[in-house]
Formats: sequence, C-alpha cells, structure tokens
Amino acid sequence: MPDGQLDLDTADIGDLDSYDGALGGLTRREFLNYCTGVAAALGLSPALGINIANAATTAPRPSVIWLSGQACTGCVETLLRTSHPSLETLILDQISLEYNETLNAGCGHQAENWKQEAMKANWGKYLMVTDGAVPTKDGGVYCKVAGKTYLESVQECAKGAAAILSMGSCSSWGGWPSTGVNPTGAVGLHEVIKDKPIVTIPGCPPNPYNFLSTVLHFVTFGKLPALDDKGRPKFAYGRLIHENCERRAHFDAGRFAMEFGDYGHRQGYCLYKLGCKGPETYANCPAIGFNDVGQGTWPVGTGHPCFGCTEQGVGFTKSIHELASLKSVTPPNSYPDVRMQKGEGASTGAVAAVAGIAGAAVGAGAIIASRLGKHDKTNDTNPGA
Amino acid sequence: MTSLVSHDAAPSAQPAHAPVGGRLVTVPFLIALAFVAIAGFILVQRFAHGIGAVSNLSDGYPWGIWVAIDVVIGSAFGCAGYVMALLVYILNRGEYHAMVRPAVMASLFGYGLAGAAVLVDLGRYWNFYHMMMPSYAQPNSVMLEVGLCVATYTIVLIIEFAPAFLERFGMDNARHKLSKVLFFFIALGVLLPTMHQSSLGTMMVILGHKLSPLWQTQMLPVFFLTSAVLMGFAIVVWESVLSALGFRRIMETAELARLSGLMVYTGLAFVVLRFVDLAVRGQLGAVFGAHGAVMFWVETLLMIGGIVMILPVASRRRGKALFVSSSLFLAGGIIYRLNVYIVGLIPAVGPWSYFPSLSEILITVGIFSLEVVLYLVFVKKLPVMHAVSTKHG
Repeated sequence: MPDGQLDLDTADIGDLDSYDGALGGLTRREFLNYCTGVAAALGLSPALGINIANAATTAPRPSVIWLSGQACTGCVETLLRTSHPSLETLILDQISLEYNETLNAGCGHQAENWKQEAMKANWGKYLMVTDGAVPTKDGGVYCKVAGKTYLESVQECAKGAAAILSMGSCSSWGGWPSTGVNPTGAVGLHEVIKDKPIVTIPGCPPNPYNFLSTVLHFVTFGKLPALDDKGRPKFAYGRLIHENCERRAHFDAGRFAMEFGDYGHRQGYCLYKLGCKGPETYANCPAIGFNDVGQGTWPVGTGHPCFGCTEQGVGFTKSIHELASLKSVTPPNSYPDVRMQKGEGASTGAVAAVAGIAGAAVGAGAIIASRLGKHDKTNDTNPGA
Repeated sequence: MTSLVSHDAAPSAQPAHAPVGGRLVTVPFLIALAFVAIAGFILVQRFAHGIGAVSNLSDGYPWGIWVAIDVVIGSAFGCAGYVMALLVYILNRGEYHAMVRPAVMASLFGYGLAGAAVLVDLGRYWNFYHMMMPSYAQPNSVMLEVGLCVATYTIVLIIEFAPAFLERFGMDNARHKLSKVLFFFIALGVLLPTMHQSSLGTMMVILGHKLSPLWQTQMLPVFFLTSAVLMGFAIVVWESVLSALGFRRIMETAELARLSGLMVYTGLAFVVLRFVDLAVRGQLGAVFGAHGAVMFWVETLLMIGGIVMILPVASRRRGKALFVSSSLFLAGGIIYRLNVYIVGLIPAVGPWSYFPSLSEILITVGIFSLEVVLYLVFVKKLPVMHAVSTKHG
C-alpha cells in the first residue's frame, strides 16, 4: 500500500512457488484453481484460466484510483470478503491501488498528495473505480474530501482515466441516496461523466466476484467484457434473477409462500407473492452466491424476497412487499394453488340493498329537482312571491 | 349562538330562531324509525356474537363501510358547522348567520353518530376509554389524534348547540353566562376539524403501495381537508334548499347564491389539484388503467357535474340547480372518500374481496336514519331554524 514514502516493490513475480506470500500463502495449484474459477464465472473456457493466471502475475500492474462518494462503504467491504484467494493478496498486489479512502494507510494531506502524484505519473493509463453516488445539488457541497467536492474530484480524476468502473448501485445509477425526495441531488457517475464509457457493477453490495472478474478480464485481455446498454457486464447481468432462481420450479407450479413462516415459506416455495423482485432484476446472485460458503447463500436462498438492489426504479424505490412486474411469464392460474380467494364477496341481498339505496336516492333527487324546477318557474313569473 | 353578535346579545330580545312546529309523527319519520329499529336488532347480534357474525370484514379489509361511510363520510357531512363557523365567526361574514345553527346541528349529528359508529366497529369496544388515558397514549399516532379530536369536537358541538336548548327551556341566565365563553368553543370548533379532517387523509398515506396510485399521495391530508370543506358547503346548501321545500319556507336566496359561489370554487380547486397532483407524481396515465380507474372517473365526473351546474352565476339563484349541484358535490365527496378507504385499497398477499354484508349495510342505513329522525325532532321542537323566514299564506 502506498503511503507516499515507501518505494513500491516492482520486482517481477514470475515463479509463484518461490514467492511465498505473494498469494497469501496459496500454492500454485490453488491459485490456478482460482483463476480457472474466474474464467468459469466469466463464461470462458477453463483453459483460459491459465491466461488469467499469467496476466495476474506478469502483466504490468495497472494503477487503480478508487474514489468514494455518498456510500456506506459496503462495496469496499464486500471486496474484503472474497476468500479464494483474498482480495489483498490478489488484487492489491496485482494491481497497484494508489488511493482508497477505506484502505489507505496514510491519511490527510499525505493521502491526498499521493493521489495527485499517482494521477500525474499514470495520466491516461490508470483505472478509476468509484463507489457511492455523486451529490449535485447546491454545487455538490454534500460530499467533500480534502476541501474539494466529490463532483470536482470525479471530474478531475476521470479526465486521466483509461477506464472507469462504477462499483455498487449508488455509483451505477444513484442507489439509495438518489431515491425518494433525494435531498442532495444524488446521481450515478454516468450522469456527470458523459465523455467516457463507464462499466457499472450495480448491487447493494454487488457480488465481489463480478467486480474481480471484470478487472481480471481487463488485465488479461486488455479490454472490457461485453457490456449491456447500462454498462453492466453481460456475464453477470445478462439474465433475470428469476431465470436462474433455485425456487423457479415452485413459481412455475403455482406454489407460493404467502406469509413469512407459513407452510409454503417453510417448504421453500417461491417468494413472488411476498414481493420478490427477482422477476424484474438482472443479476447472477442465484448462480454464484455470496461469501463462498456454498449454495443458497443469497437473499432468496435464505427465505427473504429479493428487493431488486441492482435495478434502478426497483431497489429502494418499490416497497419490499410490493409485487414485482413480471417481464416474462405470469404465474399460472390453472393449477390448484395455495392462493385462495379470501374475504366475503357480494351477496345478492347486499347488492340489492345498495342498488335500492342508490336508486331511491337518484329517484328522490329527481322528484325533488323537478319540484324545485316548478318552484323556480313560479318565482320567475311571480317575482313578488 | 345568537348571543355572540352584539345586536341581540340581551337574552330578552326577540328570539332569532324558532321551532318549525307541525306534526312530529309523519310517514318519513316512521320509515326512518323502522330502519333504526332494524339496525338496533342487528346491533344486538353484533354485540352478542361479535363483528364476524354480522359483517364481511376480514384481515384484508379490516375497515369496511362502518369506517368508510359511518365515520369518514359521516364526519364530512358533519363539516357544515365547521365551514359556517369559519365563515361567520372567523372571517366575520355575518350575512350567513341564519344558517349557522342548522349547520351546527347537522355537525352534531354527523360527529355524534360517527363517534357512536366507531364503537360498533371496535373489536374490543370495552377498551375504548384507553384512548383518553395519557398513560396508554402513543402520541405519534394519527389514529389517536383523530380519535381524541373527534371526541373533543363532539363535546364542543354540544356546547355550541347548547343555546338552542337553553332558549327552548327558558334558561336565559345560563344562556347569558354561556354566551360569554362561547367564543372559545367556537374557535376550538374551527381548529379541531381542520386537524382531524386532514388526519383522516394522513391515515391512508401510511398504506403506501397498498393504495392505488390514483389516490395515494402525500397530498391526501390536503384533499381530505378540501373535500371536507366542499362537502360542508354542499350540505349547508343542500339542507337549506330541502328544508325550504319541505317546510314551505322562503329560500335564503342571496346567502345561498354567495355560498354556492364558495362551493363551486372549492370544487374547482379540488378537481384541478387532483389532476395537478397526478401530473406531478407522473401518474396521469393511471387514470385509464390503474386499480379503481372507473371509480376515479365516477368521482371526478360527479365533481365536474357539480361545478358545471352552477358555474353560471344566474343559476346560483335557482333552487333546482343548487339542489342538483350540491347533490353532485356530496356524491362526488362520498365516492372520493369511499375510493380512498375501500375501492382503491389493494390488500397485501391477496387476492382479497370485500363487499358489505346486508347486516353491515342495514346498520349504516340505521345510523343515517337516526340522523333523519333526530333532525326532524330537533327542527320541529327546538329553535333551530331562522324565525323570520316562515312563508306567508
């Protein structure tokens, strides 16, 4: 980690086995396994894992400047939770992380000076990563670092960036700071940096492997993975959560949890009726899970409906238990289902009574109106009355 | 009430109000009484066997017509006294003075019966007094505000209407004393409905997406207050046209013309504000497809009908136009409140359905019939109506 004083070790890490510590104690085999896994996450042939391993160890380490705006730091912290191998080993040693407010060893003027120096030294070549929304209201005064608004910082930093990467929903489209009344005028990075393409990794937090895989793709092939119209890597955001959800069969069969803790919920039925936003949210959560502890470690897997954190207009905007708008199929009605019609409908007598009351009111109104009409005429012809 | 204005402050002065008189037991009176009796019979069932025995209320629709019609709409009918007190005493428009006492009486019935109707809807009605005890209170609750405010306002209305009783039974001394402090209660009587009528809207704001976007807005308190004022004007116009016809009295034409002007502008403001609000929320498209769109148009067209009817100034002096217009405004206000409380509601984890049971409807009918019965008794036996306007010949 740069602190402005230390001369960075730039020695070539060619022979992995002899360089103990570079991979956090991993053996060569374990490291290659990881790179093969990354290749699989990217949808590439496992053979390309070797390329990734080579790139991660031999390519010149690109400088990364990481800026944080209106964020909760969750996006940085989620990166710390990658475990095979851990982030500090692979990424912080493979890229050269010049500046990150959460991970900086230095602070104050020291850190700020280093950022300026790193930008100058790598102008046009560094990778810019941001997390957090950009406040724009009142000149952006709602987020300041080193006496400079965050708005100015990202504009300054973006000018010299080779590529820009938005980490998390706040940076990708504004996230929660931008929802509701949005008192600070928070927007996503793409709203203030318009002259450069921005890769977005939305999520709250996003799965760290989506970020890692994108960066390694960049390091390996020197270009970014295929992106969709919102700048999201297609390998991670190409499909609806609904399409890969392990509970999808229950949806198709018309089996829904209706309340937390009811029979259907305990059986692992589909959470659509509890407001799951999987049917309108693009992400690979069901496919790769979180925290490397096996299958089922994602919100829906634990029994809570997805709230659509990656999607603008869904996450933080729709209520948690509001029904998702289905983009593909609607739940079938033809199965004998658990969603019984509840409550009492109209009985003949009740409808008759309401119709009678309404009819009597209209009828009486008409009679009174016509009598009043006669009254008015009498008054017109006989103004003295 | 009269004693507030200086020119007839002396209790011995010629009374400005007089009982209408006439036979009390008439056919409409007996019909209304019959409906009250039916409701009484069903109420015995309700209190003996519980709410489920007589109503269609459910977990999805815990509030049915007993709340939406008896309380929310009934209290809007009761806003006659509110708008008249506001006009006469706060804005100092003395020309409407003759209409104050009937209006306060209408409010007394509206609110008194709304308060009583709440007891029918309360599952554990025997705990209702908890509301009055600070140790049980949750001071941030909108419902507590509404409950306490309605209860207080009912008491205030009784005090505001007390001069009629005191006059009738010749208690001039007490009346004179009351007249010295009445201003305080009249001020309260204007403050309290402003608070709880808007809170009736606030109560539905917390439903969030469970209320159709056609009605769910942060502006609900404003719309409820505006609709309360509108329905208050409408009920005053409606009541005085009808009582002129029914009791063969001369219509208060000049006052009604001015009052209906206020009514039509309030109605116009309401409709325009509704569409502005929809536009600001980006929900203009919802009027053609969202949950309850048909009822939105029923409500809006009734309001527009009421406006069109008396927009020409000349028609504001015609009994027929005034009657039809105020009826349309009342119907529009009723449907608006019904829409917010029942039609626009989308209960979670459904599908739920609700339509009031016959017993529920008959209880509501009984409560409104009781209002008619009490109205007839009061105007015939107590000095409520303005005395000088009895029709000659």
